Amino acid sequence: MANILTDSIYFGMFFSIFAFWIGFQIQKKWKNPFLNPMLISVVLIISTLLVTKIPFSTYQNGAKYLSYFLTPVTVCLAVPLYKQIQVLKDNLVAVLVSIGIGCIAHGIIVIGIMTAFHMDHALLYSLLPKSITTAIALGVSAELGGISGITVIGVMIAGIGGAVVGPFVIKLCHIEEPVAQGLAFGSASHAIGTSKAIEYGEIQAAMSSLAIVVTGLMTVVIVPIIASFL
Amino acid sequence: MNYMFQAMIIFGFSLMGEILHAIIPAPIPASVYGLVLLFLALLTKLVKLEQVETTAEYMISIMPLFFIEPTVGLMESFGIARGKVIPLVLTSAVSFIMVMIVTGLTAQFMIRKKKSNKKEGQSNG
Repeated sequence: MANILTDSIYFGMFFSIFAFWIGFQIQKKWKNPFLNPMLISVVLIISTLLVTKIPFSTYQNGAKYLSYFLTPVTVCLAVPLYKQIQVLKDNLVAVLVSIGIGCIAHGIIVIGIMTAFHMDHALLYSLLPKSITTAIALGVSAELGGISGITVIGVMIAGIGGAVVGPFVIKLCHIEEPVAQGLAFGSASHAIGTSKAIEYGEIQAAMSSLAIVVTGLMTVVIVPIIASFL
Repeated sequence: MNYMFQAMIIFGFSLMGEILHAIIPAPIPASVYGLVLLFLALLTKLVKLEQVETTAEYMISIMPLFFIEPTVGLMESFGIARGKVIPLVLTSAVSFIMVMIVTGLTAQFMIRKKKSNKKEGQSNG
């Protein structure tokens, strides 16, 4: 019985979509950054697999087809970037310099802490691309030789953390310029941070969604350079 | 038909990204080549916004669905991460807060400088 169910490639596919749909419904009901659809669905799937003793490979057999869409969906990010082109042009230097410095600072801090704890390179490489949107982060992590799962967890911590503590950080550091607020959210906490930036206003929302893609692109260039010093 | 055409463009750029990735020996993901190419195509009006917009925005709205499988794959890496949870979480937490502060303050400094330059320019002129 169990075999008939899990032998089909649609088991993994259906289960992924089903779990994501549940996560989506829960978030719609309670708008709490901890109730992230992605986090809910992953916890749901992992715990179900562990309880029913269905091996990961059985699930992966079907679910892997969904990850083939990672490349096209990343390509799609060109659309929101293009739609923000005017905001980008108006603040070009501030955007590029602040995000560039942010990316370098991120690399140095990650390497510093990870080295202090004697973590191996695979784990370090997994976290180096973690401030950016998962789609690009997974690509960078794979290029460096990181572990996908760890990268996604790092991305989730940055995203959810940014939405939760971001407002305090912004206040504490007196970041008052709307453009700067948006860039701070988007460059540190990608899409989840942007959902918070939207609550601040239109400029913050536009800058934050712009920062997601710009940070992703700059990280692609900066991280391998930083990693080459290791 | 409209959606099919949009999907065709998006998958076409994905394919071009993979080709560039295979040719160029740089650690840049294929998807990023595709993203940049599509962005350039939009800028040069080679591809019009309406020719990709609806499908692209739909795909982005369900984006997390496409990384559920690699994340669930974490259960295979439990062994590697065992005993290292604290450093991993600490690194992730400290670094995102630092990025927020560094990026935010740098941007604010630059914007305010630009604003005060403008004001000076006006009073001088």
